[in-house]
Amino acid sequence: MSIPVDLSTTLGNAWFPSPIFTASGCASSGKELAQFFPLKDIGAVVTKSVMSKPRHGRPTPRMAETPSGMLNSIGLQGPGIDAFLANDVPWLLEQKARVIVSIAGETIEEYSTLARKLRSVSGISAVEVNISCPNVENRGLVFACDPDASRRVIDGVRKTIGGELPIIAKLSPDVTDLPAIARGVVDAGADALALINTVLGMVINLDTMKPHLGGKTGGLSGPAIRPVAVRAIYQVHAALPQIPILGMGGVSSGRDALELILAGASGISVGTASFGNPSALITIQNELRELLAARGFATMQQAVGYAHRDESP
Amino acid sequence: MSTINRHAVQQQVVIVGNKRVGAYHQILLNVGDLVKFCKPGNFVAIAVGGDSSRMILRRAFAISRVSENSQYGGTMELIVAPHGSGSKWLCSQVEGTEIDIVAPLGTAFGIPTEPINALLIGGGYGSAPLFGLADVLKSRGCKVDMLLGASVGSKIYAPMEGKRSVNSLRIYTEDGSMGETGRVTESLLDIISQRAIDVIYSCGPMAMLSAITSLVAETDVIHQCAVEESMACGIGICMTCVLPVKNADGSTSMLRSCIDGPVMDGSDVRWDLVGKVPEVAP
Repeated sequence: MSIPVDLSTTLGNAWFPSPIFTASGCASSGKELAQFFPLKDIGAVVTKSVMSKPRHGRPTPRMAETPSGMLNSIGLQGPGIDAFLANDVPWLLEQKARVIVSIAGETIEEYSTLARKLRSVSGISAVEVNISCPNVENRGLVFACDPDASRRVIDGVRKTIGGELPIIAKLSPDVTDLPAIARGVVDAGADALALINTVLGMVINLDTMKPHLGGKTGGLSGPAIRPVAVRAIYQVHAALPQIPILGMGGVSSGRDALELILAGASGISVGTASFGNPSALITIQNELRELLAARGFATMQQAVGYAHRDESP
Repeated sequence: MSTINRHAVQQQVVIVGNKRVGAYHQILLNVGDLVKFCKPGNFVAIAVGGDSSRMILRRAFAISRVSENSQYGGTMELIVAPHGSGSKWLCSQVEGTEIDIVAPLGTAFGIPTEPINALLIGGGYGSAPLFGLADVLKSRGCKVDMLLGASVGSKIYAPMEGKRSVNSLRIYTEDGSMGETGRVTESLLDIISQRAIDVIYSCGPMAMLSAITSLVAETDVIHQCAVEESMACGIGICMTCVLPVKNADGSTSMLRSCIDGPVMDGSDVRWDLVGKVPEVAP
């Protein structure tokens, strides 16, 4: 039975038939999940954040399971932008997937360099500017923890890339005043915001009695952080109701996706849930459609931010 | 369509057997036609803890052996050590329980086209996939010798029916409670020369795999090992299970042991760099 709910969404000028996307860093470049469902059936593939040069990432162990969550400490391992654009993007476009390329840099200049390379690539829907990866050597390099650095990164990308391709700034919840950082990157030219990146955490191994992860700290993801995501999305949507939010953080069912949408998300990225369930994105998309229909929404867009409806402006 | 794990499917399957064997559980799953695509060395990823579990990640287990025509149809056998909360949950499931699996995953042991002399080396429950492998090698006319090692006798997994597919079996325990006292690497080089071994197939702790690799480095023996690195997804998307592996040009890449492994050529793995990061950019 098909339920007549319009799931389509937009982020800036990019249109997607469904709000359910992969989360950057949790789907590699799509090939692995393509074994389990056609990538064109979901809203978009957000690729793993790519840097200008190939990168090994952090030492193992890179993973620790925690109650209803996990810590990862990958450290942006990847092929570098040139190999990525030569191999991965053409393959994704062949699959008729909509592609959001996520970029990460160590310096403000590196983001601009990456943006320059993307400018000439046709067929991609948007660029996610990941300024909030927690797994870098120096926490001072987490641009999203610094309002000024955040603005300068986005400003550089906007100026390099021109006005066409939507920019999604990916922010960290590990800050004191998230709406202020959000406002800064929007003023600098971000069309949309991705909320939230993982939350910085640590596990100590009781056998070695030392930090378990090779990189000591890691990013916490999974259902354990979902309330943090709902709070962050709710706060930012209240402050900037016109700015679309790509929401993520522990979504593993249609119910979770709807919760983030009600808080203010226009799109939903599914990350850690795919680790435990390779077909999670399709299940979540189907469940979301039914939940929206059951609540009388004819379109997904009508539900965006619906939790805010009785609040005084 | 993708070429990665191209036979892998996610499927609900029924546990049709669960019995204790020494320190382990031998678990039998009715997986139907899936067995046709399972090769020795492949693994299965299993969701644990039930629907409301706080354990969100699958657990990976080597496929011990498969049978196409048991009384239940296609079955898959696993040898599970109840160590962590996930494997303990699996071992406590009774016959008739439905579980969610993704299989077959990863690379398989390379099977020679010629009848060769093979030596199979297993550490602890690492011997599990070697018995299925022994069957296949035997059917190709290979001579199959086996060495099994563990800290104590109860951690040696060597089922009666498995012993039939090997020409010889030597057991080593560190405390001497079963077989010879010592480790499988004890007289490895002598065994290799006495039995004119062509290929070693191994599965067990990383230290054992690394030790075998260094011992055979000066010989012509090919060493195929099934590595074990903790993984979150098992399907290649999480990038947690990487190992440093030599490329043809001498550089090193961090490869995923779930997709580029678990079976790797021992001489390609940079054992000295496991748990570290190669200094030079790839």
